[in-house]
Amino acid sequence: MILQAEDLTLTFPGFRLRVPRLALAPGEVLVVLGPSGSGKTTLLRLLAGLLPPEGGRVTGGLRVYLPQTPPLLHRSVLDNAAFGLLLHGVPREKARQRAQARLKEVGLEALAHRPAHRLSAGEAARLALARALAVEPEVLLLDEPTANLDPANALRVEALLRRAAEEGRGVVLATHNLFQARRLGHHLLFLHRGEAVEEGPVAEVFAAPKDPRTQAFLRGEMVF
Amino acid sequence: MPPAEVLEIALRSLAVAGGATLLAALFGVPLGLWLALRGGGGAWGRVLLYSGLALPSVVVGLLFYLLLSRSGPLGFLNLLYTPWAMVLAEATLAFPLIAAFVLSGARGRVEEVRLLVRSLGGKERHVLPTLLAESRRTLAAALAAGFGGAISEVGAATLVGGDIRHHTRVLTTAIVVETRMGELQAALALGAVLLGIALLVTAFLVILERE
Repeated sequence: MILQAEDLTLTFPGFRLRVPRLALAPGEVLVVLGPSGSGKTTLLRLLAGLLPPEGGRVTGGLRVYLPQTPPLLHRSVLDNAAFGLLLHGVPREKARQRAQARLKEVGLEALAHRPAHRLSAGEAARLALARALAVEPEVLLLDEPTANLDPANALRVEALLRRAAEEGRGVVLATHNLFQARRLGHHLLFLHRGEAVEEGPVAEVFAAPKDPRTQAFLRGEMVF
Repeated sequence: MPPAEVLEIALRSLAVAGGATLLAALFGVPLGLWLALRGGGGAWGRVLLYSGLALPSVVVGLLFYLLLSRSGPLGFLNLLYTPWAMVLAEATLAFPLIAAFVLSGARGRVEEVRLLVRSLGGKERHVLPTLLAESRRTLAAALAAGFGGAISEVGAATLVGGDIRHHTRVLTTAIVVETRMGELQAALALGAVLLGIALLVTAFLVILERE
């Protein structure tokens, strides 16, 4: 397993997240599904080590977290892509070479010297992914990466995520998009008000959800 | 006033205001960033800092006069009526301007930069240099504000510089002297030189910001 969590708990005023167990194998895509406010972002930030858990622990390899709107630096596309490598002590020229290769993979090599803030939303999402992949993480934690994208760009990002998983990376994808969960996910964790109410292989959960809240959510009903 | 003397005064103004800006930035930029990293320094911290923006230059001049005069605690330095005394007084006036500008600009980006650094596996120690690099536009504005405050200042420069010809006379004090003597054309010409310098320095900072 490249990511494991046990008995994770975190409490905010009026909200408590509790995930008894979570495990991710290399090449696996774990979809964290749930309505807004169910704790998806909090769980991802706990897994990334950005929030300290109140209880439980998270173990695993190098994890990179992509927030829903990844911040871009006031630098060129190439320098943004190289930024993570610089944080890990890679020399500037080598970092830029490796970043350039990642930009090519996501189809942004022609825009390498453009200021990052001039990119469209779809290009910015791909740049954030290139920046994350450049540091060679074992686990990608993505918070609704296609929420602000049109269908064409969403599919491009999904293809990149699929490729990342094929390369052996673990992917944890928070989404409330049922279709995306089906297209990408191997395993599914359904969160409701901070509680992990159901988990299992995506196909099984979609075919026969056990928990009534999961059933309602998958039917497209409003679950709060 | 002969052109050579105008040039001499203009260059002295530039040197004093430039030195004051650099000195103020040396302390103001780290303070602004430090406060930004700590959530803005709290309401009272900001009240204190922003109050510094309203520091009356004659009060600062008077304080430095008392400090640097022969009987004052720093009298042994023999700095009174030297350009160095003017640099110190003007740096004191520019310091809160620079720190406030940096705080105001960097504060809005701290969480974003921290999230980016940490989410890519970086450490807390990487946040400050990244924030500094990301704040270069704010830095340019802060330096322009600090320099503008320093070069246009007259009260403190007169009190601690003494407006001594060929020694501490700067454009602002020269304008006052020329106006008092009724040489309004000369005063206006010096004013134009002052505005020209401010414009050139600001243009230089804007170019730096774009780089």
